[in-house]
Amino acid sequence: MRRILFAGKLKIGQKLLWGLLAALALAVLFPVIFLIAGSIMGDDELSTYLGAVISGKEGYVNMPLLPRYPTLSHFVEIFIDSPAFFVMFWNSIKITFGVLIGQLVVGTMAAWGFAKYKFPGKKGFFLLYIILMLLPFQVLMLSDYLVLDQLKLTDNLWGIIFPGIFSTFPVFIVHRFFTEIPDSLIESAKLDGAREWQLFWYIALPIGSSGIIASLVLGFLEYWSLIEQPLTFLKDKSLFPLSIFLPDITNVNKSGMAFAASVVTFLPALLVFLGGQDYLEQGIMAGAVKE
Amino acid sequence: MKLCRRLKSTSRNNKRDLRGILWILPSFAGVLVFYLLPYADVVRRSFLGAVDNQFKGIDNYRLVLDNMAFQLAVKNTVRFTFICIPALILIALVCAVVLQKSRYGGVIKSAFLMPMALPAVSVALMWRLLFHSQGILNDWLSALDINGKDWMNNSSAFWVLVGTYIWKNLGYDIVLWMAGLSGISENIYEAARVDGASEWQCFLKITLPNLKSSLYIITVLSFLNSFKAFRESYLVAGDYPHESIYMMQNLFNNWFRDFSFDKMAAAAVLESAVLLVFIVLFQRALDGKDYV
Repeated sequence: MRRILFAGKLKIGQKLLWGLLAALALAVLFPVIFLIAGSIMGDDELSTYLGAVISGKEGYVNMPLLPRYPTLSHFVEIFIDSPAFFVMFWNSIKITFGVLIGQLVVGTMAAWGFAKYKFPGKKGFFLLYIILMLLPFQVLMLSDYLVLDQLKLTDNLWGIIFPGIFSTFPVFIVHRFFTEIPDSLIESAKLDGAREWQLFWYIALPIGSSGIIASLVLGFLEYWSLIEQPLTFLKDKSLFPLSIFLPDITNVNKSGMAFAASVVTFLPALLVFLGGQDYLEQGIMAGAVKE
Repeated sequence: MKLCRRLKSTSRNNKRDLRGILWILPSFAGVLVFYLLPYADVVRRSFLGAVDNQFKGIDNYRLVLDNMAFQLAVKNTVRFTFICIPALILIALVCAVVLQKSRYGGVIKSAFLMPMALPAVSVALMWRLLFHSQGILNDWLSALDINGKDWMNNSSAFWVLVGTYIWKNLGYDIVLWMAGLSGISENIYEAARVDGASEWQCFLKITLPNLKSSLYIITVLSFLNSFKAFRESYLVAGDYPHESIYMMQNLFNNWFRDFSFDKMAAAAVLESAVLLVFIVLFQRALDGKDYV
C-alpha cells in the first residue's frame, strides 16, 4: 500500500518536473519564434506593436506571435534592394567556408598524426594544442594583431581566415574519433601493402567521418557568428560579415528589415543545426567522454 | 647480423617518428606563425615601454594591476564566473536527469540546444526589444502590477548577461551531463532498487558520485564558454556598457583602440598565466583517465 502511494507521488512529481521542463524549453525557444514572427509582419503592424521602442510612444512593446497579414516583403527588400546585405552575406560565406576547408585539410592531418603515430615530444605538443584551444580571444588578441600587421593582413578577409584554419580545436575533436580506430585494422592494411597516405585516405577519413562532420558543425556555428575577430581587424565596411551587422530597429521603416536580416543570418546556422544535431552532440561529448 | 637487424629496426622507428611529425607539420607551422611566435612577442612587449621600446621591467604589470578599469573588469569577470557557472551546471544537471529518463527527451534537448545556433546579432536584436524600458519584459511585469526598469542601463544588466549565458549554454551542458549519465550502468540501479532504495536515494548514492569526473570537465568547458558571453553584451550595450557588465574583453577592446599595447601585453600575459593553471589542472584530471 505504501509502495503504491509512493509511486503515485512520484508520478505526480515527475509530471510536474516534465511540465516545468517543457515550459522552460518553450521559454528557451521564445526568442527564435519571436524573430521569425517579426520578419513576416508588415511595416504597419510592426510600427503599431513596437511603437514604444521605435518611436517613443507611450506604453510597452506588445507583439503577438502571429502576424495578421504575413508578408515576405522584408526578405525581398534585403535580397533585392540592399546590395550591401548581399555583400555581407557573401563575406560570411567566404570566412566560414575558407576556415572550414582549411581546417578540414590541415586539422584532420594533424589529428591523424596525433592519434596513430609515435614521435618524440608528442605529449608536449598535444598539451600545447589543448592550451591554445582553451585560450579566449582576448588573451590572443594582441598577438593576433601583431602577426596580421606583419603579414599585411589587417583589413583583409584572409586575416580572419588564416588564424581560424590553424585553430587547434578541430584537431582535438577529430583526434578523439581517430584514436578509436582499432590498430589491428591499420596493421592489417599495412600487411596488404597500404602506403601511409592510403591509410589516411581509405581508413582514417571514412571511419572518422562522423568526428570530422562533428568538428565542421561546431566550426560552422562558431565562425558563422564570429564577432570579436572581424570587429577588431576589419575596418572596411565592405568586408564586414553578417555576424557583426546590427541592423537599426529604431528606424520605423527599417524594423521589418532588421527582423528579416536576423532571420537570414540565423537560417544557415539553423539548417546546419537541424541537419547535424547528432554530430553536434557527438562533438560536444568528444570534449568530455573518457575512453 | 644482430647489430644489423637492430640498426634496421631503429631506422624504421625513426622513419615512423618522422612520419608522425610530417602529419602534424602543416598544422604546427601555422600554429607557430599565427599563435606561438606572436605570443612570444607579446611576452617580450609586456616588459617594454609603449613608445620608446625601452626595457621597463615589471612596470607595465604594476600599471595594469593598479588600473581602475582592469580591477573593475577582473571583479566583474570573477563575479560573473562564480555566479553563472554553478547555476548553469546545477540547472543542466536537473534537466539532464529528467530528460535521461524519458522517451521524448530528444525533442526537448533539441529545443535547449537551439540557442547555440542563434547568432549573437539575432540575440542582440531580440534583447533590445525584450529589455528596453518600454520593452516586452516590462509589459509582462506591468500585467502583474510590477514596475519594470531599464534593464540594460542598470545593475540588472549583469543578471541579464547571466541569464543569457545560461540560456545559450544550457543545451551544451545538458548534452555533457547526459553523456556522463549514460555511462552509469543500469545494473547498479537495479541492484539498489531490489534492496529497496528510493529514487532519491539512488540519485544521491549512485548518480552523483558517478558524475564526479564529468563535473570537473563540465566546469572547465563552461568556464571557457563564459568568455563568449561578451558577444551579446557587446552587441546590446556597445563599447561602454553599464559598469556591472564591463568585462575583460571590453577592457582589451578599449586598450586596443587606444593603442595601449604595453598594457594589453601585460594583461594578456597575466590572464593567460591564470588560465594556464586552470588548463593544466583540467589536463591532469583527464590524464588520470588515459585521456590523451
